[in-house]
Amino acid sequence: MSFETAMEIVIKAENLTKRFGDFTAVNSVSFSVQKGEILGYLGPNGSGKTTTIRMLLGLLTPSAGSIEVLGINVQQNPEPVRQQVGYMSQKFSLYHDMTVEENLAFYAGVYGIVNRQRINAVLEEIGLTEVKRSLVQNLSTGWRQRLALATSIIHQPPLLFLDEPTGGVDPAARRAFWDLIYQQVEQGVTALVTTHYMDEAEYCTRVGIMQSGRLLALDTPQGLKKSMASTTIWDIHATPLLPTLTRLEKHPNILLVRLASDHLSVITAKDMDKKSLEHIIEQGNSKCVQIEEAEPSLEDVFLTLAGNN
Amino acid sequence: MYNRLISLIRKEFIQIIRDPRTLALTFIMPVMMLFLLGYAATNDVRNIGLVVMDQDQSPSSRRLIQAYLNADYFKLSGVVFSEKELRARIDNNTARAGIIIPPGYGKTIAAGKTAQVAFILDGSDPTVASTALAAAVLIGQAHATQITSERVKKQGLSNMMLLPIDVRTQVLYNPGLVSAYYMIPALIGQILQFLATMLTATSIVRERERGTIEQLIVTPLKPWELVVGKLTPYVLISFLDTLEVLAAGVLLFRVPINGNLILLLVLSGLFLITTLGIGLLISTIANTQQEAMLTTMFTILPTIFLSGFFFPLAAMPTWLRLISYAIPLRYFLIISRGIILKGVGLSSLWGEVIALLIFAIAVMSAASLRFRKSLD
Amino acid sequence: MLELVIQTENLSKSFGKTRAVDNVNLSIHSGEIYGLVGPDGAGKTTLMRLLCGALHMDNGKATIAGYDITNQAEHARQQIGYLAQRFAMYEELTVWENLQFFAEVRGLPSKEWVQRGKEILEFVGLEEFAGRRAGQLSGGMKQKLGLASALVHRPRILLLDEPTTGVDPVTRQGFWQLIIRVVAQENVTVLISTPYMDEASRCMRLGFMRQGKIFLEGKPRDLCAKLTQQIYELQGRPLQLLRQIAAKHAAVENVQMFGGRLHLRIKRGQAKTLGRLKSEIRSAGAIVDHLKPIDPQLEDVFIALVEK
Repeated sequence: MSFETAMEIVIKAENLTKRFGDFTAVNSVSFSVQKGEILGYLGPNGSGKTTTIRMLLGLLTPSAGSIEVLGINVQQNPEPVRQQVGYMSQKFSLYHDMTVEENLAFYAGVYGIVNRQRINAVLEEIGLTEVKRSLVQNLSTGWRQRLALATSIIHQPPLLFLDEPTGGVDPAARRAFWDLIYQQVEQGVTALVTTHYMDEAEYCTRVGIMQSGRLLALDTPQGLKKSMASTTIWDIHATPLLPTLTRLEKHPNILLVRLASDHLSVITAKDMDKKSLEHIIEQGNSKCVQIEEAEPSLEDVFLTLAGNN
Repeated sequence: MYNRLISLIRKEFIQIIRDPRTLALTFIMPVMMLFLLGYAATNDVRNIGLVVMDQDQSPSSRRLIQAYLNADYFKLSGVVFSEKELRARIDNNTARAGIIIPPGYGKTIAAGKTAQVAFILDGSDPTVASTALAAAVLIGQAHATQITSERVKKQGLSNMMLLPIDVRTQVLYNPGLVSAYYMIPALIGQILQFLATMLTATSIVRERERGTIEQLIVTPLKPWELVVGKLTPYVLISFLDTLEVLAAGVLLFRVPINGNLILLLVLSGLFLITTLGIGLLISTIANTQQEAMLTTMFTILPTIFLSGFFFPLAAMPTWLRLISYAIPLRYFLIISRGIILKGVGLSSLWGEVIALLIFAIAVMSAASLRFRKSLD
Repeated sequence: MLELVIQTENLSKSFGKTRAVDNVNLSIHSGEIYGLVGPDGAGKTTLMRLLCGALHMDNGKATIAGYDITNQAEHARQQIGYLAQRFAMYEELTVWENLQFFAEVRGLPSKEWVQRGKEILEFVGLEEFAGRRAGQLSGGMKQKLGLASALVHRPRILLLDEPTTGVDPVTRQGFWQLIIRVVAQENVTVLISTPYMDEASRCMRLGFMRQGKIFLEGKPRDLCAKLTQQIYELQGRPLQLLRQIAAKHAAVENVQMFGGRLHLRIKRGQAKTLGRLKSEIRSAGAIVDHLKPIDPQLEDVFIALVEK
């Protein structure tokens, strides 16, 4: 692999803006994606992730800014772009009254693929062969999600847009689905994925964090965590949990408190030590069970960035 | 291109077949409408219930009653003996009309004088009343003429004194004046309009509701392919419905097709383009299927009244008649009635054909301008 | 002894041939947060719908706060606040009107609900938005309105069917804090289903469901201890390469990504043979930061259970 192909830019967005009336859904967002990357997009509901993807696909016209996808200006020339991208929308665009196979055959036909071998190969690749004759309405979300992926890769696109592909499925199904994404990426596909799951964001080459239409940060997971270098993260087991949380929230020296599974995760400035933290907690009626330093997770980064804005 | 289109049409058919209830309705509805219009909504007034109060009970009075009952307009619904009873029969709807023959009727006639007979009518339904009134007068006059000529004959003047004018009427195209003949050609237009508009509008809006339209937009399907692919199945269904109604009309109601069937189908196709275009236009406005359905109703209901489907345009006030020129169905009704009933050809219909062409082009251009591959 | 507020015996429901809920026995105490976890289609939603009376059971017995849900359905329902997976609110109505509607359909007279409505809106933090149309609320606020509507009639039991699915972490944080407060301040018992294992580990007790059955139940920590295989954490770069090599290793049963790390599930009794893994990875040109045994997390348990 030469240096140039390694740096091939697949998506380039500059000052991308979309306004709906008074509401600015996407506010001057710039980024680029290189070939072979998995770019993760994190952000609360309504932060502009879906709108960004829709603009990249030419589904919505930007109010300002420019986009190039696969070297093509999408606004002027959306069709050639659409031929080369796969898109899995949040709603999993499937026909519920048709079978798995019929859905796939339909999208294949729409892309001009009549070869049954390709359809069978995709069914096999995505692990759908056993349910191919089932009506979509009878399938669970996990299967529908797989089928939606299958329909979006039927024409072997080099670029995939996956908009919250893993919403509403269990951890095992989620992991199995990510394996399918990796499979695609190993074949040279570039992917842009939006998600609510922080652990999924860790699997991405780079992660963008969006909030209220702005792209607050875009870096590798490692890089994002390094941005927390001026702080310390603490895992605190204390009882009772909620009053402790409320007390810590109000304390000026505590930057952020959140529930992390069954304990609290607290972010403080670097100069805070364990003793003084313990002291803050035990000032009330709370009892400290355990306090230890932890490494920053993407959730810490996300909550710090998104929570402060 | 070819494959994409086939693929879309195949998908559409799979979905249509998977919903057999809707499919069945699209084929049952036209026949049901045909039956209703053919039998129930008929304008032909026959068998008006008539009560008789014969106070004379003479051969002459019985002859008069027989004269009324001989025409199909009236049927005997009862005999009463008081005026009060007669009114009661009309009040409770067991009769629509009553005839009162006064005592001494026979004697008066025999004496060569003019006898008076009272005819009482229920005017609450104007259609029935006006027919009954006209029939009552006509039958009475005919009977009077007959009596006059008998008197004349008796007095030996024989043929010397005949009536000065004898009007002979001849009804063209629909000599039996059967309503079904008039309604069936119109029903074809109504069905083409209703089904095509409704099915197109809802099928496209359904894709939007489900979110599948987003996926379709990102595929290489061209806008026209999307439109043609979505419309083709409904064109076919609408055409099958047209044939169904024609067949039912010919077989069940014996409607004669006097003109060229091929010409009728070709022009139906032209009309169909307009109605599909309206459906498409509605689909670009409506966001939900319910909205699409109501908008379709909203556009179609007025055309039932303003196209000449039920009510003759000639009888409408001028401003309403002017509005009717903006309704494509108006032209198609002239075409279908012209071809089926009058057997006329293109030469008599070119005005209407041009009007439909203009509509088809205008509606389709408007729809394609609004129908974009975008979510904006 | 704590009162049992939800109790079921051999609760069953089939749809055609599918046994959606199959002989489920639940005993949930007052003040508990009980979590239901399990793969898609395990029967969690059906179980909740049975409990709230939206579906009728085929077999078994269930009581809600002592009321039999078949014979005393109305009393039982009165005790329950239910937030369905797709909570349907009337987008054209305002927050306050929605609340009024849900209170009135439950038969609350205006004397009672007006006061309670204000209280509950303040509790979820929507008091400023009482006049706003529900359709114009953000996702997180809709969530809160859903919770408020479910709580307006002071139920003793809250059934929450995947309330945080498709919800971002900021909103999920706020929502969970509310749930914990509801339990503490309103003395409500919560039965919640969730696909998020970090949320599941917050519950006091958990039931793992699969194919309509609850096949494992216990406190999150106890459940983690039940995993008989050892879990090793592997950190290094590049992850994909690490993963491929680890997956091929004879002692490794399963490899999963956990954020930026890998969790290796080791076949029973084979931890010793893991020694060579580090050198294998290094010889392939990848970097190992560490490889160490860790306590299994709930998600490890879930994956191991679902695999079977």
